[in-house]
Amino acid sequence: MSITLDHFLFLGAIIFTIGVLGIFLNKKNVIIILMSVELILLSVNINFIAFSVFLNDLSGQIFAMFTLTVAAAEAAIGLAILVVFYRNLGSIEVQKINKLKG
Amino acid sequence: MIIYTLAFYLFSSVAVLSALMVISAKNPVHSVLFLILSFVNASGLFVLLGAEFLAMILVVVYVGAVAVLFLFVVMMLDINFIKLREGFLQYLPFGALLGIVLIVELGILFLTKNFSQSNLIIYSKFPAIAEIENTKMLGSVLYTKYFFLFQISGLILLVAMIGSITLTLRYRNTSKKQIIHNQNNLDASQAIIKKKIKLREGI
Repeated sequence: MSITLDHFLFLGAIIFTIGVLGIFLNKKNVIIILMSVELILLSVNINFIAFSVFLNDLSGQIFAMFTLTVAAAEAAIGLAILVVFYRNLGSIEVQKINKLKG
Repeated sequence: MIIYTLAFYLFSSVAVLSALMVISAKNPVHSVLFLILSFVNASGLFVLLGAEFLAMILVVVYVGAVAVLFLFVVMMLDINFIKLREGFLQYLPFGALLGIVLIVELGILFLTKNFSQSNLIIYSKFPAIAEIENTKMLGSVLYTKYFFLFQISGLILLVAMIGSITLTLRYRNTSKKQIIHNQNNLDASQAIIKKKIKLREGI
């Protein structure tokens, strides 16, 4: 019983689902939502690298690296916005983020 | 081969369980730590796949930078996390339904498409270390074929750095800082005051 591509794809699907579930369940906590986004990006990376290895094509790993870069940038900016938001409102509830509704 | 299979199941089960703990832990500090555990296990999986460079990058970037940033923000902000967890159970049935639908759909896709039986190269052995290293191969592609994308990703990081600094920087009146032109324009007649102090009295 050898490990095939399907095993890695299922793992990616499970982690992706957990990430989406995390966004749904923790509707109030922005920090957990950001962590769920990181989980989703991790599952995308698993898929990229598994396909890259099984297709014997290095482009997948290069794109996984770019995904990692963008995820790091996104986490930094997201947390900076979170800190500014907390400084202004004293809370990080998602329901209170409604100042831009016009 | 059996060790490879066992290692895959160990790493993937710990990754999935810690991902579940990330979204269900009561304390956000715990969920950040479980996120770190999940990423470390994913990097173990990448080593199993033979992508050592990305495994190490994952540990360095995520565990070393992003997770520490999360931990810093969680500990810096003084938030009542119990209150934020209200409604967790309220959304649980709908969320679980959605999750089950999503996983079943993806499973059906993988089972009908049957990727591993299509003409892909079956790769399930230990990565041969004697062969040309993964890092070397990645470098030879990254700096030639994907050079512009590489530079653009550097620009993205620069923009993220400038953006987060300008977002969080604030000027406070209470903070003491040096104003160069005031210092240079300082006049000795204003800065030094002569006083006659009486004996045994002080100022």
